[in-house]
Amino acid sequence: MKLTLNVWRQKNAEAKGRMVRYQADDVTPDMSFLEMLDVLNLRLTMEGEEPIAFDSDCREGICGACGMMINGVAHGPRRATTTCQLQMRHFKDGETLDVEPWRSRAFPVIKDLVVDRSSLDRIIEAGGYISVSTGAATDANALLVAKPKADLAMDAAACIGCGACVAACPNASASLFTGAKVSHLALLPQGQPERGQRVTKMVAAMDREGFGNCTMHRECEAVCPKEISVSFIARMNREYLCGSLT
Amino acid sequence: MALTGLIGVGYVIGHMLGNLQAFRGPSKLNAYASFLRSTGVLLWAVRVMLLGAVLLHSLAAYQLARLSLKGRGVGYYRWQPVASTYASRTMRWTGPTLGLFILFHVLHLTTGTVHPDFQQGNVYANVVTAFRVWYVSAFYIIAMLALGLHLYHGVWSMFQSLGINHPQYNRLIRGVAIFFTVIVVSGFIAIPVGVIIGIVS
Repeated sequence: MKLTLNVWRQKNAEAKGRMVRYQADDVTPDMSFLEMLDVLNLRLTMEGEEPIAFDSDCREGICGACGMMINGVAHGPRRATTTCQLQMRHFKDGETLDVEPWRSRAFPVIKDLVVDRSSLDRIIEAGGYISVSTGAATDANALLVAKPKADLAMDAAACIGCGACVAACPNASASLFTGAKVSHLALLPQGQPERGQRVTKMVAAMDREGFGNCTMHRECEAVCPKEISVSFIARMNREYLCGSLT
Repeated sequence: MALTGLIGVGYVIGHMLGNLQAFRGPSKLNAYASFLRSTGVLLWAVRVMLLGAVLLHSLAAYQLARLSLKGRGVGYYRWQPVASTYASRTMRWTGPTLGLFILFHVLHLTTGTVHPDFQQGNVYANVVTAFRVWYVSAFYIIAMLALGLHLYHGVWSMFQSLGINHPQYNRLIRGVAIFFTVIVVSGFIAIPVGVIIGIVS
């Protein structure tokens, strides 16, 4: 396959950056999007040019490190699929692909397609955990959790923190990310003692980082590689109302 | 936004039902209008509450929009919508359009300031005179289409904002939002259309 890649290049955080075109000529259909970039980068390096910087880690769709806008859609055209799990057979021979980093005031670009997502870490630090005085762990089966609640909490816990939701949202809101963590812990017994404080602190942190507000476009849910539902945003809103009134 | 929107939604139902009295003839519509005026202080209390709701709704929208528009930072070279609707993406246009429409509407059929032949107390005649002018009717109909877009997204979002979301009731909520929007918009558009085609004369 031969493809034209229109990629955002930015030397460093202070540089202005621009879109640059590249020809990728030895792309096989079974390559992942990142493998294709690796092949392109090999050629660029051999030619003495700066390779395209991008994040990756597990390369199997579970760590949340990779992420880029492909033709204007976070993680590309496939539903519930991260960039590392996107195979090139989903594109046509001769196609031009526009590739950009996540864009958000809270995700400053470090270089090319690499962005700083520590704002998401700071939201978690504000309350996305349970405080436990550790000792020996209790027998897991001693703490009863109803299966439907456990399943729902797992749906919320599936968030890998990739930031696609923020990138896709017209308002660059982190509501799906924050809502998923708030919901996950609000549904489980271990999360009950700190339930009220958690949501108010995490939402305050989210606002502080400069993310936008949720106006229910539902773009986030559509691009989430773990298919996290906007019902968790509604749940976060419920938790917030209860948390601030009681 | 949800709570002030809810006040707006409640008002719009009542106002539509009141307006539809026009199809029952001049005496019924004018009687309804004078009944409203006869409530005196109560009418003014409601007007103040509505004005308050519109102002708070606009203020909240403005503050939230300012924050959200800054959220992106550097804009995308290319962004493709996947699940958002035309209605959701145009809320910041339909909202102010409706705000300006409300201002015009009050000056048109309540105070009569911009009405060509306003007769105090003769609501029926004022309505007929107003909508016989084709571009006035067109303006009202366009404003009602904007209302349709605004309500289609707004009513559903109102439930989300208040955290009213449950797998068993979500389809019902979506259905209610759509049904309500269609009823209200057709109810309002029926008046200028009724005047133009001669049913209301």
